[in-house]
Amino acid sequence: MAQGLLGIESLSREEIQEILDRARDFQPREGQSFRKFDLLRDRMVVNLFFEASTRTRTSFEIAAKRLGADAVSITAQASSVSKGESLVDTLNTLGAMRPDAIIMRHAASGAPHFLQRHLGIPIINAGDGTHEHPTQALLDARTILDRGAKLEGLRVAIIGDIAHSRVARSNVHLLSKFGADIVLCGPASLLPEALKEIAPGVTLTTNMDEAIRDADVIMMLRVQLERQHEPGFSASEYFQFYGLRLEHLKLARPDAIVMHPGPINRGREISSEAADSQRSVILNQVENGIAVRMAVLERVLAVRKKDGATAH
Amino acid sequence: MARLLIKNGRVIDPASGYDGVADVWMEDGVIKGVGAGLTAASSEVIDATGLIVAPGFIDMHVHLREPGFEHAETIESGSRAAAAGGFTSICPMPNTKPVNDNATVTSYMIEKARRHAVVNVYPIGAITKGSLGEELAAIGSMKQAGAVAISDDGRPVMNARVMRRAMEFARSLGMPVINHCEDLHLSAGGDMHEGAESVRLGLRGIPGCSEDVMVARDILLAEVTGARYHVAHISSRHSVEMVKFAKSRGLAVTAEATPHHLALADRDMKPYDSNYKMKPPLRAPRDVSAVLEGVKNGAIDAIATDHAPHPGSEKMQEFESCPFGILGLETAIGVTLEQMVHPGSIGVARMVELFTTGPARILGIDRGTLAKGAAADVTIFSLDREWTYDVNKSFSKSRNSPFDGKSFKGGPVATVVAGEVVWKV
Repeated sequence: MAQGLLGIESLSREEIQEILDRARDFQPREGQSFRKFDLLRDRMVVNLFFEASTRTRTSFEIAAKRLGADAVSITAQASSVSKGESLVDTLNTLGAMRPDAIIMRHAASGAPHFLQRHLGIPIINAGDGTHEHPTQALLDARTILDRGAKLEGLRVAIIGDIAHSRVARSNVHLLSKFGADIVLCGPASLLPEALKEIAPGVTLTTNMDEAIRDADVIMMLRVQLERQHEPGFSASEYFQFYGLRLEHLKLARPDAIVMHPGPINRGREISSEAADSQRSVILNQVENGIAVRMAVLERVLAVRKKDGATAH
Repeated sequence: MARLLIKNGRVIDPASGYDGVADVWMEDGVIKGVGAGLTAASSEVIDATGLIVAPGFIDMHVHLREPGFEHAETIESGSRAAAAGGFTSICPMPNTKPVNDNATVTSYMIEKARRHAVVNVYPIGAITKGSLGEELAAIGSMKQAGAVAISDDGRPVMNARVMRRAMEFARSLGMPVINHCEDLHLSAGGDMHEGAESVRLGLRGIPGCSEDVMVARDILLAEVTGARYHVAHISSRHSVEMVKFAKSRGLAVTAEATPHHLALADRDMKPYDSNYKMKPPLRAPRDVSAVLEGVKNGAIDAIATDHAPHPGSEKMQEFESCPFGILGLETAIGVTLEQMVHPGSIGVARMVELFTTGPARILGIDRGTLAKGAAADVTIFSLDREWTYDVNKSFSKSRNSPFDGKSFKGGPVATVVAGEVVWKV
C-alpha cells in the first residue's frame, strides 16, 4: 500500500516527532536561504490543486526542488476536470505518468482518502475540504517548538470558524497527541459541541477573553467565506467578538505568540497591529512550511524508494 | 396445473398464529392447506427440514429505478434481487423519471412487472406532482391503477398544508401516507449524521432533529386528519419515541426500519466510503439502540430495505458528490437475523411478522399469510446456513452495498411466488 500522508489523526506521536526533528535539519540558517539537497534526485512529484492556493502550492514546489526532485503543478481549472472528467479518471491518468507522489488539495473532505484506496501512488494531503491539512499542523508545531522546549502542557487557543477549518482539526489532533491543552473558540454555530470528542484535552468556549487568558499560543483562523453555508455574523460583528486585537494580548502569557495559517484578512479576524506585532510569528510559519514539507516529502519518497521494486 | 408441496419445515404464519413443523401444499397459485403428513401425487416437492417456511416476505420500500434510470436497476433486475433476498412482494417508490405521479406511470410499472418481474410489484404513487411538494398528484387515479400508498420518498413534503391536504384525501381513499421525514432546511448540505464522526471527518451533518421535527409535525397532522400515516426508514431515537407515543394515543401511525439502521452506526462507516452513505444517515449508537428497541417493543411495525441502487460511476466519487442510498434486498434477512434474532431480542415469529403481516396491514394488501386460498407466496429461510454476501454476484444492476464480503449465519433458501419457485440458493 502506498504510504502518503493523508492526515495527522492516523500518525503516532513518534512519527510526528520524527518529521519535526528532520524539518529542523532543513531550516535555513539565520539570514540565509534554503540549502539545496540532492536527496530526491530523479524523483517526480505532481502538485494537483483543485482549489486555489498560492502559498501551499508554492511551498510544496520549493520544498521538492530544494530536495532535488522534479515538481509539476497542475491547477484544476487548466486540466481536463473542467471538461467533466471524474476525479478517479484524472488521478488514474496522472498515475499512468508514474509520478512518485501526488500532492493534492481538494474542496471535498476525504477526496484524497477516497483516491488513495484506488491508486497505488502515495498521496500527500495538502488540504481536503473541512477535514485535515496535515502539513499546516506540522509547520505550526515546528514554529511553536522553535520558541519553546515542548508542546506538552502548553495552552493553545484556536480561534475562529472551527467548524469549517481543516487547519483546526489537524492542529487539534497533533497538539492533543503531545498533551497540550487546547481551547477552541468561536461563534456557537461554528463551534460544534462534538469537537470535544475528537481528541483528548479539548475545551470549548464562545468567549474570546476566556480562550486567550493565560494562553501560550494564539492561533487565529481565517474567516472562510467560501465555506460558510450558514446564516452568519456580519463582518463588523465578527471582528468585534472574535477579531484579535492588541488589547487581547495582555490576557495571554507574556511570551505568548500569535499564529495564523494565512492568508490573513486584516480587520476581519485579526487587526493589522496584532498581525504585525512582535508577538506575531506568521512569517516564521511560512518559512517553516518549506522545511516541514521537505521532511514530509523525504519521508514519503524514501519509503517509496525502499519498496519501489514492488510498488508498480 | 402446478402443484407444490413444501415438506417438513417449521411453518410460521403470524396471521393465524401457527408455529410448528408441517407441510404446505399449494396448487394453481393458491395455498391449499397447511398440515402434517400431507402427500400430493405428481407434485414438485421441496424438503424444508430444518428450515423456516413463512408467508412470502413483503418489502414495502424499494427503488426499482424504472422508468428512467434503467442503468441502475430495472423492474426485472430488482425483482430478481428481491427473490434472491426472500421477498415475494415489493413496493417501488415513485422517484422514477418521470415520477410516478399519475395513473399512466403506475400502469406502466404494473404492466412491466407483469411481463418481466419474478415477484409481485405494488407501486407506491407520489404525494405531489413531480414530488415537488406543491400540488397534489393524481392520487385517486393512481389508486385505481393499482398504487397501494402514496409517498414522495427521497424527498419530504415540506409544506405542512400540502401534507394535511394529502392526508385528508388519502384517508378518503383508504390509502396510507408514507413520509420521508427530513426538514430540508435543517439537513441542507449534510452528507452523514451530525455528531462526533461528522465533525471528525469534516463532513457536513444531517442532524437527528431534521427527522424528528417532521415526524412530530406529521403525527399532529395525522391526528387532525385521521389519516393512516407511516414513517419511512425511521432512524432517530426521538422519532421512535414519538411513534410509540402516537400509537399509545390510538392514532393510525406506523413505522418501518431498514436493516442497515439496525446494524450500523455512524462510527461503523468506513471513512469516506459512499457504500455507507444514505438518507437518513447511519446515526449515533444510541439511535441504533432505540431503533432496535422499537422493533422489539412494537413501536416499529415493519422492516423494509429502502433498496436504492446506484451505478458504480455515481458512487465512485468524492463522498459529498455521491448520491444517497444502498442496496438492501439480498441482505435483509441475514442482517435482521444477526441483529435481532440471534442475540435473542426477538423470536423468529416476530421477525416473520415484521416482513409479512406488518407491511401487509400497513398497505392493506391481501398478502403475508398462509391461509387456505391465499396467494401461494412462500419464503423459505434458514437460521443457521453460513454464507457470504458477494455483491458482484448480486442480481441487482448496481453494486453499492456496505455488506459486501460479510458472512452471515442464516438467510433465504428458496422463494415461491404464486406457487412457482422463482429463486433458490
